[in-house]
Amino acid sequence: MKVELKIQRYNPETDAQPHFENYSVEAEPTDRVLDALLQVKGLLDGSLTLRKSCAHGICGSDGMRINGRNLLACKVLIRNLQQPIVVEPMKGFKIIKDLVVDMEAFFEKYRSVKPYLIQNEAAPQKERPQSPQERERFDDTTKCILCACCTTACPSFWSDPDYVGPAAIVQAHRFIQDSRDQGGEERLDILGDREGVWRCRTIFNCVEACPRDIDVTAAIGEVKRKLLFRKI
Amino acid sequence: MPEPTHYKSGRPIPYDNPFELFAWVFMRISGIVLLFMAIGHLVIMHLINSIDTINYQFVVQRWATPFWRIYDGIMLFLALLHGFNGLRTILDDYLRPGMWKKWCTFLLYAFSLILLVGGAWVIITFKPK
Ligand code: SF4
Ligand code: SF4
Ligand code: FES
Repeated sequence: MKVELKIQRYNPETDAQPHFENYSVEAEPTDRVLDALLQVKGLLDGSLTLRKSCAHGICGSDGMRINGRNLLACKVLIRNLQQPIVVEPMKGFKIIKDLVVDMEAFFEKYRSVKPYLIQNEAAPQKERPQSPQERERFDDTTKCILCACCTTACPSFWSDPDYVGPAAIVQAHRFIQDSRDQGGEERLDILGDREGVWRCRTIFNCVEACPRDIDVTAAIGEVKRKLLFRKI
Repeated sequence: MPEPTHYKSGRPIPYDNPFELFAWVFMRISGIVLLFMAIGHLVIMHLINSIDTINYQFVVQRWATPFWRIYDGIMLFLALLHGFNGLRTILDDYLRPGMWKKWCTFLLYAFSLILLVGGAWVIITFKPK
């Protein structure tokens, strides 16, 4: 099957503006967009630049805008898309080249919510036990692969690059809700500001974008409730 | 390693600022309360009475009881602050930081304050002639 692609290209060394270019490759309907992109890179234009690693929806490195939606190129089948398939980098970050964006600001916010276990007590002899119910409370948010599809689909983030963004909130939620963790208060301090969870307007774009089907807005809602109930 | 206090963009990393929390809760509570109060207001002013028959005398009678003064006062505060906060949020979302945003925000604060003080003044000091 012939696949038509319209890919946004940008080389900061030679181009003043990003522009689109059309490509046509052979692929199976059950191939993924990533396969088509790699065909372009391998057979038509080796300078096409994109990130990918696992090619199985696990590493989170090939988040991009495909036909106007943030998706993992390795997780969307060609037969499910209208042609030409329009491929753009994620919105809201500086483009480094073609489909590769500068994610430093994204990971800076990720780090700012302290996404690691905080424990002030000495480590016990064995493990820190946790009941299945306690584990269940943050099960959903453990699935995040930090692909940034949610944050770069969020209108609040587009209009305010300082907004910590849904991905960082998901990561914070994963530890705030963990019964073994003691850093919840610190994280709530960070999220309890204008650029924290209160910038979220419950638009649900993040939920739609998340390739891991995380109920992002629900997690944000739980953090909001935590913030509320610790004040009263 | 000391913890960073600022993002690389220069913005300070936030540290528990409850203002937006209160604004968020206020919007929800005032919204619910206003729903009932506004329906009450609508029923009294437009269904039981008619705006054709409402005049100065009607207001004098109504405000002779403290209950209605308080009712109208609460509605004034909730509705104005609810609307004000909604507009504040919209300006915050849609205007880029800069002079234009500062001016619009200033005008919004000033206008809301004038309406609030003016309205409260009337409700508190109103005496029939
Ligand atoms: S629900 Fe909140 S975080 Fe998600 S897209 Fe909307 S504003 Fe952004
Ligand atoms: S919450 Fe979902 S969309 Fe957001 S970074 Fe994690 S996996 Fe990606
Ligand atoms: S390449 Fe790893 S998630 Fe797509």
